[in-house]
Amino acid sequence: MSNVDAVEATRAPARPDRRVVSLRLARGWLVLPALLLLLLAFVGPVGWLLARAFTQPQPGLQNFELLWQRPGYLQVLWNTVAISALVTPVCLVLGFPIAHAMATGSARLRRWLTFIVLLPFWTSLLVRTFATVILLQRNGPVNALLMGLGLASAPLPMLYNLPGVLAGAIQVLLPFVIFPLHAAMARIDPAYMQAALTLGARPARAFLRVYLPLTLPGLLTGATLVFISTLGYFVTPAMLGGPRQTMVAQMIQDQIAQFGNWGVAGALSLLLLAISGILFLLLHLAIGRKAAWR
Amino acid sequence: MDLWRRLRAGICVVVALYLIAPLAIVVIISFSAAAFLQFPPPGLSLRWYGNLFNDPAWTDSLTVSLEILVPSATLATLFGTAAALALVRGRIPGASIIGAMLMLPIIVPAIITAAALFGVYRGLGLNGTLTGLVIGHVVITLPYVVATVSSGLKTMDPRLEDAASTLGAPPGIAFWRITLPLLLPSILSGLLFAAVASFDELIVSLFVSTARIRPVAVQMWSNVRGDVDPTIAAIASLCFAFAFLALLAEGMVRRRLGTEGPHQTEGQL
Repeated sequence: MSNVDAVEATRAPARPDRRVVSLRLARGWLVLPALLLLLLAFVGPVGWLLARAFTQPQPGLQNFELLWQRPGYLQVLWNTVAISALVTPVCLVLGFPIAHAMATGSARLRRWLTFIVLLPFWTSLLVRTFATVILLQRNGPVNALLMGLGLASAPLPMLYNLPGVLAGAIQVLLPFVIFPLHAAMARIDPAYMQAALTLGARPARAFLRVYLPLTLPGLLTGATLVFISTLGYFVTPAMLGGPRQTMVAQMIQDQIAQFGNWGVAGALSLLLLAISGILFLLLHLAIGRKAAWR
Repeated sequence: MDLWRRLRAGICVVVALYLIAPLAIVVIISFSAAAFLQFPPPGLSLRWYGNLFNDPAWTDSLTVSLEILVPSATLATLFGTAAALALVRGRIPGASIIGAMLMLPIIVPAIITAAALFGVYRGLGLNGTLTGLVIGHVVITLPYVVATVSSGLKTMDPRLEDAASTLGAPPGIAFWRITLPLLLPSILSGLLFAAVASFDELIVSLFVSTARIRPVAVQMWSNVRGDVDPTIAAIASLCFAFAFLALLAEGMVRRRLGTEGPHQTEGQL
């Protein structure tokens, strides 16, 4: 028994020191300022907005009927889900090798990669989206490179369309899949793969049957974070997309700023929150306490 | 295995370029001599940095951003640290539910928070006021502090404080002499995170601000959508420089104190 265990053993069964207990109890109230602020300046206002869905312009469900009947609204809802569904798998495929290199590479490689992922993560989304505009514009560097390599004979249209939105969204969201994936991978004992290989599994099989399932909590967490973040996207589709890439968040803004239509804005917000909430619930049920962010 | 390693290296290089290229391009253009966003730039000059500090539209918004950032990051750090202490070390019923609730502002799409605050502020006369903007920024940045400080507390051995109080230190002394010094790196990185997030915050500011009180992010937003000159690249480069220094400072604090790397904290989000 180590010293630490011995200390623990003498401490645990006995009555805890009164001072320690009072210290713990006394700390509880410290949550109140944050909680009060959250209730007054977040939960209350959001509840107020969501209630508009049922009360404006008159009590009833007419706002939801409107969303269902007008093809414009449905189209935007569909765009939003489709763009999220396109962005998520690409982020997973591109993020996986980076996270793997961070988890299994040398300390030097890990430091470099962490830095490369963290620097954009710490810089403004607005700035990065604006940088993407410069990169992808007609006479921008990406088109110059493609034409220089002979891969394109004329500048490709990469802005104000779907490719533009995808390029911008993936750039911004990659860190959100790399961090949880790395957290899951860092916890995998390399002995598992060694065992699979010495027992005769070919590398591809060992990877698919042993390694990949162990990264599942990270994959699910990353996928959910990316999907939900994309659902609420505002800056990226507004700057990089065209009218056909309009997403729900832009529509909420339009409804309020242009039409003062709080009822429809509330209904759209409620739908957006409901989809995000259901996804989070599914994630919680799927991995529960194993969630990679814990 | 060998094929995988080569494939992995290839993808890593491409993804690294993809992540870094926008930042590099913007920094280069900020030194451009051209009057518009042209790449590669025809020559070099510092005029856009000069413009940033001479054009009242930019200097005013820089001032407003700082007037929001300083109080909101301070309040978020105070409230967030206190909440983390209560949640991790205190005894409160439903701590996990309260903890999850405090994370809501980063999970709920910012557009919903922004629209909700705008709607409620209208009745209270808070739209277009510094107070209104500060409250909104505290709400948005609070979760970052709670997450960072909570994860710092979880890796800290509670027996150190218990020992202090068992040995007769009153709670206040135990906190000041033991808990606070050990927790300082986490609190500082929470503060930095809150400051960076407040400076970048666009959507809530977009709704709640007016032409008179307009933070940098909103000024950039309206600029990007109108006629763009490289001044915006200059301010963006300053943002990178700030993020770079913040990362460096955070790494140094942590290395000196021998705690986990920053990615450990970010993983919590």
